[in-house]
Amino acid sequence: MNFGFSDEQELLRRQARDLLDRECPTARVRQLMEDELGHDPRMYARIAELGWTAIPFAEAHGGLGLGLVDLTVVLEEMGRHLLPSPFQSTVGLAGMTVAASGDAAQAARLLPSIVNGSAHATVALVEETGRWDAGGVRMAARRSGDAWLLQGEKLFVPYAQVATWMIVAARTADDPADGLTLLVVDTTAPGVAVRPLRSMDATRRMAAVGFDGVEVPGDAVLGEPGRGWATLRRGLDRAMVCLAGELTGTAQRVLEMSVDYAKVRQQFGRPIGAYQAVSHRCADMLVMTESARSLAYHAAWALDNDVPEASLAAAMAKAYASDAARTVASHGLQVHGGIGFTWEHDIHLYLKRAKWGEATLGDASHHRERVAQLLEL
Amino acid sequence: MDFSLSPEETRFRDEVRDWLRDNLDDRIREHVTGDDIEQRRAWQRRVHEAGFAGVSWPRELGGQGGTLMQEVIVNQEMAAARAPDLVNIIGLYMAGPTILAHGTLLRADEIWCQGFSEPNSGSDLASLRTRAAIDGDDFVVSGQKVWTSFAHVARWCILLTRTDASETAHAGLTYLIVDMHSPGIEVRPLRQITGDAEFNEMYFTDVRVPRANLLGEVGGGWRVAMTTLMHERATLGVGLQVRARIALDALRALARETVVDGVPRSADPLVRQQIAQLSIEVEAMRLNGLRGLTKVLHGEQPGPEGSVNKLMWSELNQRIAETALDLLGPYATLAEGDERAPLGGRWAHGYLRSRANSIEGGTSEVLRNILAERVLGLPRSR
Repeated sequence: MNFGFSDEQELLRRQARDLLDRECPTARVRQLMEDELGHDPRMYARIAELGWTAIPFAEAHGGLGLGLVDLTVVLEEMGRHLLPSPFQSTVGLAGMTVAASGDAAQAARLLPSIVNGSAHATVALVEETGRWDAGGVRMAARRSGDAWLLQGEKLFVPYAQVATWMIVAARTADDPADGLTLLVVDTTAPGVAVRPLRSMDATRRMAAVGFDGVEVPGDAVLGEPGRGWATLRRGLDRAMVCLAGELTGTAQRVLEMSVDYAKVRQQFGRPIGAYQAVSHRCADMLVMTESARSLAYHAAWALDNDVPEASLAAAMAKAYASDAARTVASHGLQVHGGIGFTWEHDIHLYLKRAKWGEATLGDASHHRERVAQLLEL
Repeated sequence: MDFSLSPEETRFRDEVRDWLRDNLDDRIREHVTGDDIEQRRAWQRRVHEAGFAGVSWPRELGGQGGTLMQEVIVNQEMAAARAPDLVNIIGLYMAGPTILAHGTLLRADEIWCQGFSEPNSGSDLASLRTRAAIDGDDFVVSGQKVWTSFAHVARWCILLTRTDASETAHAGLTYLIVDMHSPGIEVRPLRQITGDAEFNEMYFTDVRVPRANLLGEVGGGWRVAMTTLMHERATLGVGLQVRARIALDALRALARETVVDGVPRSADPLVRQQIAQLSIEVEAMRLNGLRGLTKVLHGEQPGPEGSVNKLMWSELNQRIAETALDLLGPYATLAEGDERAPLGGRWAHGYLRSRANSIEGGTSEVLRNILAERVLGLPRSR
């Protein structure tokens, strides 16, 4: 039994912290919030050069053959720095979905360009209902000879604006539990229209993606046709853990900012951190942040080792992190008082990231219901 | 990072499991509880004979010379099998590790109690006034202690006293091991809101304690007491998590088995959300505990972050009991002894007992102070 990090993982964390401290202060984050692309391609190239895009992928695809635990270490640091980047949606969501699909041909075709940083990718799942499950998918893929025809619209697709390709979940059978087929669609294919959504968290870009008679070649199926949800579930579990790790980093930074502020801000002749109404709030923020961290890394380990309760661990991690990051960010704003409500102060950036992360990939209520099911309640 | 057990640990776990399967039954689960100290003592004796009490203690002290991890495995397996709590929990997890760390002998199969709190010294423990005067080769102890679990059956007491009345607070405190058979000790049971009397008041009148029973140095008692409290919060933390899991398992069963108009309460979306949230937090507590344990296994002393466990456990245990009573509707208000009381009134009793969780062993307010001041480095509130 060992719930600690290896020397290599500690080194990776230090490397990530150093780079992002230097290259991604909040002043830079604010610039990128106004940027049309929403991220810095040179930064992404640097990240790929350092091998972070290669972390969880097999050596056969050019990857480092490490695990989700290692990837979560990097993502926690990215969450801490609010790095505006398609890294999570490319590596943690689309890349991990391909890697976990068991589809060797697609993995060989798609993963090398993710690993070397030349491609961004994403997953288009959610529709008008806002549901992150199989039942929410109504958009059908119809057979047309060897090809599939797509007609409909997907929402909340992360970084579709910069994606080279996306995994589209489409309905091919009338089965509320699954009946989905995953199609790998080129974002430049005729009939695909990417319309940016205006995100509350300007450090995270999302889009509505329209499909108007898009023709997808028959060999673009990921995994088994009609069993798409089972395949995507494996990818989503991994992406949820990545996001839980990111949210942990975000919460950690808010905790540190709030504690630092509570030590120096004086009212009634004492630092406000000497008042228990403030210090106990900070203690609660600590408990929530540490618990989110424990659940995220345990889930990462569970998925890496394919233990039977891995899916349960992932649902727990995402449910908890969703609430924890939002609550910690709200507490943090309260500790900062009036200054925390200003655009100029950074705390709102973390609150908005926390809100985005809370709702993305299924919110706490969604995953608590899954926890109840997985516990056979 | 590796949450699995090594092959040797797996073998040891199976040994514990086999023993529990052969030696534990529902009769023991039901009868070896609460006030029945003789039954509980007999159970602990059997556990000790099997080699599962004081697992990590040195052999020459009656232990097994095992690893801390084996100790954790025993805790987990005992809890998972719903085995009765050991009656000597204070000796094993609080007194024991402190005394080992400070080097004095003891036997693993005698019951211990902990004389820290006083009527006027609760959260502000360092203000305590029980006096220990040095007289030749003895300390002479006079004063009053309160909330002392097991005092009426204990052979030994770890007692925090004041040797220097001119010093205030932390300085001037001295830590003694007191033979509860010594003349001048009076123990009076205190009745709790549950109706049980698990703990006591202790009166010390000129009780002579040999100098050999001094732990640490005269005036150095606070540091020794902190070792005890950190161990209570870190080592016992692992056990607390398992107790929370048992309570949670029982809550899940209650939700499935409580059927209103043909519908189990577990089908109610709100109930499902509440129980799922509790399950997640109990798991978070387990994992936080394992992070703390990892540090201890690497030879570090448990630190103030162990307070997280106690804080989480007490509030979780209370919420589990509250959720259970919510499920039962008006039946929740029936006391033990009423024939309509669900499960013999066990949940109503558990609910009342859980009110003490956020007070005993450090109030939630004190634990938040510790986290704020000693982990986060915020200024002292006093």
